[in-house]
Amino acid sequence: MSETAVKLIGFFDSPFAHRAEVALRLKGVPYELVLEKDLGNKSELLLKHNPIHKKVPVLLHGDKAICESLLIVEYVDEAFDGPPLLPADPFDRADARFWARFLDDKCSTPFWLALWTEGEAQKGFAKEIQESLKLLEAQLKGKRFFGGDDLGFLDIAACGFAHWLSVFEEVAGVTLVTPQEFPDLCRWGKEYTSHEIVKQCLPDRATLLAHFSAKKDYFVSTVKSMAPN
Amino acid sequence: AVTHHHRKQKARMGETVKLIGAFGSGFSHRVEVALRLKGVSYELILEDLSNKSELLLKHNPVHKLVPVLLHGDRSVAESLVIIEYINEAFNEPGILPTDPYERAEARFWAQFIDQKFPRFFWMSLWSLDEEARRSVLTEAKQNLSLLEAQLKAKGKRFFGGDSVGLVDIAASALAHWSGVFEQICEVTLLTQEEYPELCKWANRYVNDDTVKQCLPSRDELVAMFTACKEMFRAMAASHK
Repeated sequence: MSETAVKLIGFFDSPFAHRAEVALRLKGVPYELVLEKDLGNKSELLLKHNPIHKKVPVLLHGDKAICESLLIVEYVDEAFDGPPLLPADPFDRADARFWARFLDDKCSTPFWLALWTEGEAQKGFAKEIQESLKLLEAQLKGKRFFGGDDLGFLDIAACGFAHWLSVFEEVAGVTLVTPQEFPDLCRWGKEYTSHEIVKQCLPDRATLLAHFSAKKDYFVSTVKSMAPN
Repeated sequence: AVTHHHRKQKARMGETVKLIGAFGSGFSHRVEVALRLKGVSYELILEDLSNKSELLLKHNPVHKLVPVLLHGDRSVAESLVIIEYINEAFNEPGILPTDPYERAEARFWAQFIDQKFPRFFWMSLWSLDEEARRSVLTEAKQNLSLLEAQLKAKGKRFFGGDSVGLVDIAASALAHWSGVFEQICEVTLLTQEEYPELCKWANRYVNDDTVKQCLPSRDELVAMFTACKEMFRAMAASHK
């Protein structure tokens, strides 16, 4: 099964696609990267293999398609030989999964809202995301990575806060995380982005900045339908 | 290193298991089913969710929700995370498939259910605003159709195959609680005509020997949730 061709459908600016790439590279799995050109005009390949969510990343392993970035990371960990991405102990695995889900289920919306809303509402979302990031930061417990001495599942899951965070802050003109208030998280972010394998598949910051700056108006428009009452 | 890990595992399996749950909670039920399927003895601690205990708040400070599994001195929160923990910390039988692709598939559908059903199904039942209902109803029906198609494609008794697995457990609210809410709201979403396979599956699920041991009775649930009717209606109204 490991010899069968592996393709990854991604998009250059997506931290979710990055998660899948990092997992494949850490595991030492050769793959072909298929980049969507325009997520406003999705390819037949993407729509065919992720008809339900219609999102990147999608992993194609032979005739199998796996969707949802964290599920792809777990799949890569289980389907291929190589250094483990998740810890061995069931409790540590549960812990890693719990915090990864916390990031996706609880942090992404307030983070987005804290960037693109204004006034009192913005202050509220900023406080919310900062409190959540404090909880996440506490999981580092003085370690180099969430996974310990080397990268693990939770580091991969948190990649958005290592690399994409400051780009979005710059585009939005909002500061959510400072080294003074989040010393461990910021140190971790640097460790993450300078990791030799992560570097191979991390989108260039300047390109991300230009790309997201051009989309700022669109981002602001998205929060109108999102903000809870 | 491997032997040490296995010895640690074996020692862990003997440690006391407690489940902090709440009567009538579909999420609590999920974990109870998983424990029972694995043959793990546990002590059930029932919370009064209007007056949460120190124990709950201590062991789930982030979400302050049930269920929380206490195993020895460790605690695990979030029902699907707990189920994977139970699957890995205790021996056979497995609740998840062994094949990595099938596991990914099972996890996908379990998460799909959690992402899609609470909001859309809920709003379709409780929302009194016709326009709000209409828009979520379409999506709720689409999601039900996707599950129906999965069952049909598998052609087995359960999403997990011949026996109850992760996806069945994740979908348990659909098997039992949806009927309760439909009765209270006088609305039927899960119709036999549109979702024959799902209806048959629901029946199999609630009648499964292991599931039955920890499924609150329909009458009890109807009584409990009827008392919350106005609150649920208000919640639906405040969610656009």
